[in-house]
Amino acid sequence: MTSEDSDAFDAALLDQGDGEAVDDGHYNLRLYVAGKTPKSVAALSNLQKICAEHLAGRFRIEVVDLLEHPQLAAGDQILAVPTLVRRLPPPLKRIIGNLSDSERVLVGLDLRKEE
Amino acid sequence: MTDRSTLLKDAATTSALAKAATGISGFDEITLGGLPAGRPTLVCGGPGCGKTLFAMTFLVNGATQFDEPGVFMSFEEASEDLVKNVVSLGYDVQSLIDENRLALDYVRVEKGEIEEAGEYDLDGLFVRLGYAIDQIGAKRVVLDTLEVLFAGLGNSDILRAELRRLFAWLKEKGVTAVITAERGEGSLTRYGLEEYISDCVLFLDNRVEHQITTRRIRVVKYRGSAHGTNEYPFLIDDQGISVLPITSAGLSHSTNNEAVSTGVASLDGMLGIGGFYRGSSVLISGTAGTGKTSLASHFVEAACRRGEKCLYFAFEESPAQIVRNMRSIGIDLEPMIASGLLRFEAARPSLFGLEMHLARMHREIEKFKPDVVVLDPISSLRGEQGEVHSALLRVIDLLKSRGTTALLTNLNSAGQAVEGTDLGMSSLMDTWLSLVHVESNGERNRGLYILKSRGMSHSNQVREFEITSSGVQLVSTYLGSGGVLTGSARIAREAADAADALRRTQESTRKRRDMERRRAAVNRQIAELQASLDAEEDEVSEWLTQDEARENSYLRERDAMATRRGAAE
Repeated sequence: MTSEDSDAFDAALLDQGDGEAVDDGHYNLRLYVAGKTPKSVAALSNLQKICAEHLAGRFRIEVVDLLEHPQLAAGDQILAVPTLVRRLPPPLKRIIGNLSDSERVLVGLDLRKEE
Repeated sequence: MTDRSTLLKDAATTSALAKAATGISGFDEITLGGLPAGRPTLVCGGPGCGKTLFAMTFLVNGATQFDEPGVFMSFEEASEDLVKNVVSLGYDVQSLIDENRLALDYVRVEKGEIEEAGEYDLDGLFVRLGYAIDQIGAKRVVLDTLEVLFAGLGNSDILRAELRRLFAWLKEKGVTAVITAERGEGSLTRYGLEEYISDCVLFLDNRVEHQITTRRIRVVKYRGSAHGTNEYPFLIDDQGISVLPITSAGLSHSTNNEAVSTGVASLDGMLGIGGFYRGSSVLISGTAGTGKTSLASHFVEAACRRGEKCLYFAFEESPAQIVRNMRSIGIDLEPMIASGLLRFEAARPSLFGLEMHLARMHREIEKFKPDVVVLDPISSLRGEQGEVHSALLRVIDLLKSRGTTALLTNLNSAGQAVEGTDLGMSSLMDTWLSLVHVESNGERNRGLYILKSRGMSHSNQVREFEITSSGVQLVSTYLGSGGVLTGSARIAREAADAADALRRTQESTRKRRDMERRRAAVNRQIAELQASLDAEEDEVSEWLTQDEARENSYLRERDAMATRRGAAE
């Protein structure tokens, strides 16, 4: 875990997780984690890299720490962590794991057709 | 593992192990208190064998009876469906949820909706469960069915590691958990969950035999506790789940010397103590139409009149039909049903298996606490002879241990030797009444005799048994030179006897009258003779009087003559 990634993680953390996603044409992505674990920090770092590369300027990332907001786990059907949820554009998509496999993430986000 | 010393050690430590009662009647008995408290229990079985209902019952009872709130985490059914499904069992889950005594969480795992990209763990599930537990202070947790995760998530290595962690975490939390799992081929569960949960494993089964389904439960293992090892039938109906720990009890029933009337005065008279012993078992056997149900109804009516509670298990007739039929012989059961003293439980024998019938009876008896139980007729219970026998044995055992008077009817098929039939029941019965048909002169008449009655003197007579509009009546049969006569033969014989008697009376009356007449005649003769004697006497005395007069006049003439002669001289 680099200190850069760690700071980025802290910065992206969401205080109130129950806001409605606003459709402004951006990709609204939410990353659910349970505490600041190596896996969650890596997941955010990987996500930011992928987004910067494929969705430059068209994305917004929120990080929800379930240890802080455990009530969100049931409502958003979170089971495994980290879980990335694409809230917008519809349909809702879920990707679990530390997002190290960027090919699968792109497929999961409908940014690349599965070959 | 199952050697004697282990068993004994298990038994010795039973009290040390804390148990969480399930509130499922019967189950807590076979496990000596319930599930291991604070530990996970695995409930496995095939589809439709009642795993989810068992788990839900565990939670609902915990919340309502033991003040232990619970969390139900469902991986298969959505919360709303789950709530609806258990309404049929009489569980009001929704209001328990509203009162924060129960929490439902549906975990949706859909393979198609989840993309896996890299390493993950199940902390999300832990957080969810932990949050739900903390919200309501849950002491009980159900995970139904965890194995769905194996289908939904691809990486079973991660999953297995996470499950192991989950069970450890549950133990740490100190909640009593029930984890359900599908049975697998050649193993208890499809994904080998029994490797992780080893404290207590229950196996539910749903077998079809003779086209009848019976649910059974078995405690496969229970670490640190003794437990019943048999397969026990259990039933699921609108009363929830009941398990039947029907191990035959020892013969330690207390006995009762009180007599209870049979409801038929003349039958009471045939039994030395004026009825059956309270708490005894009575068998009424007979061929079709001999009046078994009528006799049973008499007994029930008499018991209800004494203010006792009766439970009537009807296997062949509907309650309405019995009530109507009995009204025709002057027994009105309706008010007794209305007052709650009499309850009918009717079910076709083929509706469920023998064990289920037994289970149902067991539960109804425990609940209604009757003084008198009628099984009408036991012959319609299906199953192998041995099974039926053992089932009845257990019912009778149960009733005896409760001090309940049992009356069983049994239909003999025509031509069967009476003593040889009856499912080998004879030895279980204290009193056995046999109803027979006596066929003669183109008539069938009913006869009743007491085949046996333990502990009392009883009549050896065969009585004629009449069903009249005012109930059953026993008539002494004609026992005379003509042998045992019943029905119109008896009536004819009695009429002949009556005619004989009449003739004899008439004869003597006539003789008496003859004598009278004769006496009168003789008296008359005497009177006549007397009269003639009197007449003769009269005649004689008149003659004598005249004779005397004549003598006197002779003497007077002679004197006069002498006087005259003397003067002339």
